[in-house]
Amino acid sequence: MVCSEIILAVKKLFPQFSVISCEENYADELIMKVTPQIFKEACLALHKILLSSVVMLFALDEREKTGKFVVNCVFLNLRQSKWITVSIDIPSETPYFDSLAQNMYSSSFFEREIWEMFGIEPKGNPDLRRLRLHDEVWPQGNFPLRKDFTKKVEGSLGEYKFSRVEGKGIFEIPVGPVHAGIIGPGHFRFSVAGEPIINLEQRLGFTHRGVEKLFEGRNCVEAIRFSECVSGDAAFAHSLAFALACEKICGVSVSGEAAYLRAIFLELERMYNHVNDIGGIATDVGFSFPAALSAIIKEGILQLNEKLCGSRYLKKINLVGGVSLNLDENKKNSTRIFLKNIKYDFSELTKILFSSVSFMDRVDSTGVLKKKTAKDIGVNGLAARASGIPVDLRKYFPGVYKEAGFKMAIEESGDVLARLRMRVSEFKESCRLIEEFLAKLKNGEKINFSPVLKEASALGYVEAWRGPVLYWLKTDSRGLIERCKIVDASFCNWQGLSYAVLGNIVPDFPVCNKSFDLSYSGNDL
Amino acid sequence: MGHILKNRILKGVMTRHIDLDLPQEIELCGGELLQIIQGTFGRSLNIREVDTGSCEACESEIISANNPIYDLQRFGVSFVASPRHADALLVTGPVSKNMLVALKKTYQAMPEPKFVITCGDCAFDGGVFKDSYYVEGAVNKILPVVLHIPGCPPSPLMIIRVLLSFLKCRKYS
Ligand code: SF4
Repeated sequence: MVCSEIILAVKKLFPQFSVISCEENYADELIMKVTPQIFKEACLALHKILLSSVVMLFALDEREKTGKFVVNCVFLNLRQSKWITVSIDIPSETPYFDSLAQNMYSSSFFEREIWEMFGIEPKGNPDLRRLRLHDEVWPQGNFPLRKDFTKKVEGSLGEYKFSRVEGKGIFEIPVGPVHAGIIGPGHFRFSVAGEPIINLEQRLGFTHRGVEKLFEGRNCVEAIRFSECVSGDAAFAHSLAFALACEKICGVSVSGEAAYLRAIFLELERMYNHVNDIGGIATDVGFSFPAALSAIIKEGILQLNEKLCGSRYLKKINLVGGVSLNLDENKKNSTRIFLKNIKYDFSELTKILFSSVSFMDRVDSTGVLKKKTAKDIGVNGLAARASGIPVDLRKYFPGVYKEAGFKMAIEESGDVLARLRMRVSEFKESCRLIEEFLAKLKNGEKINFSPVLKEASALGYVEAWRGPVLYWLKTDSRGLIERCKIVDASFCNWQGLSYAVLGNIVPDFPVCNKSFDLSYSGNDL
Repeated sequence: MGHILKNRILKGVMTRHIDLDLPQEIELCGGELLQIIQGTFGRSLNIREVDTGSCEACESEIISANNPIYDLQRFGVSFVASPRHADALLVTGPVSKNMLVALKKTYQAMPEPKFVITCGDCAFDGGVFKDSYYVEGAVNKILPVVLHIPGCPPSPLMIIRVLLSFLKCRKYS
């Protein structure tokens, strides 16, 4: 869809629509600058036309240069594999923009984030409670992502207001932030009537480390190592999304051998995490034998990672402009042999799980996330596919996946079993894909190119094992990062979990939670 | 059930049959660890883990140290669900401001005698996050840390090794 087409399409729904400018700097991105007055209507029209939820909504502080803030709202046009951004300039005195949240729930959390980080008010959003800067430790009115923010914070502290369900026989169970297992911190408050959960209130942000601010001012070639520390179990996907954004800015296109290598490592990351989750689901229903088997398979993949690249979590592979290492014949062969063995172990694992009646009884129709709900709240990635929504960046932006004949897995029922089945099919597909990619490696092709730093902005995206990881990057003329906005699939999917547990009993919460297996660190940043 | 039995009989002890270079060292260090733990802690060392803002790779490696390949538990080290049951607190992450109170409370909830171990570069001095506006940095500024397990993330073997060497010198001091 080129500029003129999309403007025409929006005009049909919203005749007053006009753009200040429309740019297509890259084949897969389109940016429309509009006035703040028509921002809301324009976004709603795009939402209707593209059938896309808000995939990213974020602000930039450009006051030094233009005296304005900028807010960008990104949609995804799946049919034409394009990211469409609506951008507005906001004057710096009493900055605000019209909230989209009442019409598109998927924008709600992004708006709250903009409010707490920049102090730009989303007018009309009924819920402006802060997500990451907790009222108990961070006074109101200190906005860390503004450029003039100094570390000195002032003001008085407050308290977070949980939404409450009240009535006869309703009671509340608060859990966390420190949980019983070896797991990240988060606070969950269940309101229950008898056994079933009637409301789950999540309070996250406990692992907030100010990641986006830490990116600022760094050289983008060096900052790639830092992107590996944003979410450790998706270190490769994060660094890849970061690298892709940088490469777009630098005008380097990585293809051939380096692209195959990246795909291989991305799939290895998917495999160890999926099998880990399958084990987690088994643990959470008290089925320890398959859980142990999955742990063995996971450990095997981690050790393979170490053998291939020296890092169990696939760090230090991605570079801006390519990859740092190649796989020689020896490594290729040992990978092939390993995959063959692991496939056998994995099929044993699934056989054990799926033939156990008591296990199936626990996961079947537990924690259902309905398709409509998932769509409304903007759930993406694996959780969306398990609820029957066909979204997978590997399908719509295929690259090397096209040659490998990638098949997207999908389930309809949206329950724990569906998410489990998704993981099983994706694990098998990843195995197959890696074999395909290995066969394509020729050795000897150039695998990294030196980037030319310049001033620009771009979006990098990867379908990680949880779902899309997006990095929107803006650099200055020296290649230093001015703004880095990160969206991990977890950010949208935590909401999905809140809805999926409704009507389930509290003891089923762990298994529902594990079936989503969302990241605390990727969400809290 | 049939599958499980069949699997069990066909495979025997899983750890031996899986072809994943299990370093011999584990058995060696583990054996020593077991003796020390039996002597000093009366059979077992119970650890409570707290994540104060890690990237979760450190957690993943601590979990790996408990998997059937490394099986830290067979040497008497177990991870417990409550600080009330713990002898040691294992802290990961650079201490996000949001976790400061929870970290202190968890420590307070532990019975004496108790000690604190940090795991991963973040917990040591804030690591890659040390310049952040929202990070308290080194855990040892907040709690009395007696041992640090280095790495980003430390491998399961590293975790076992460091624990062992520490317990050894504690015994003799
Ligand atoms: S030390 Fe490294 S692996 Fe551990 S939490 Fe910090 S960044 Fe993550």
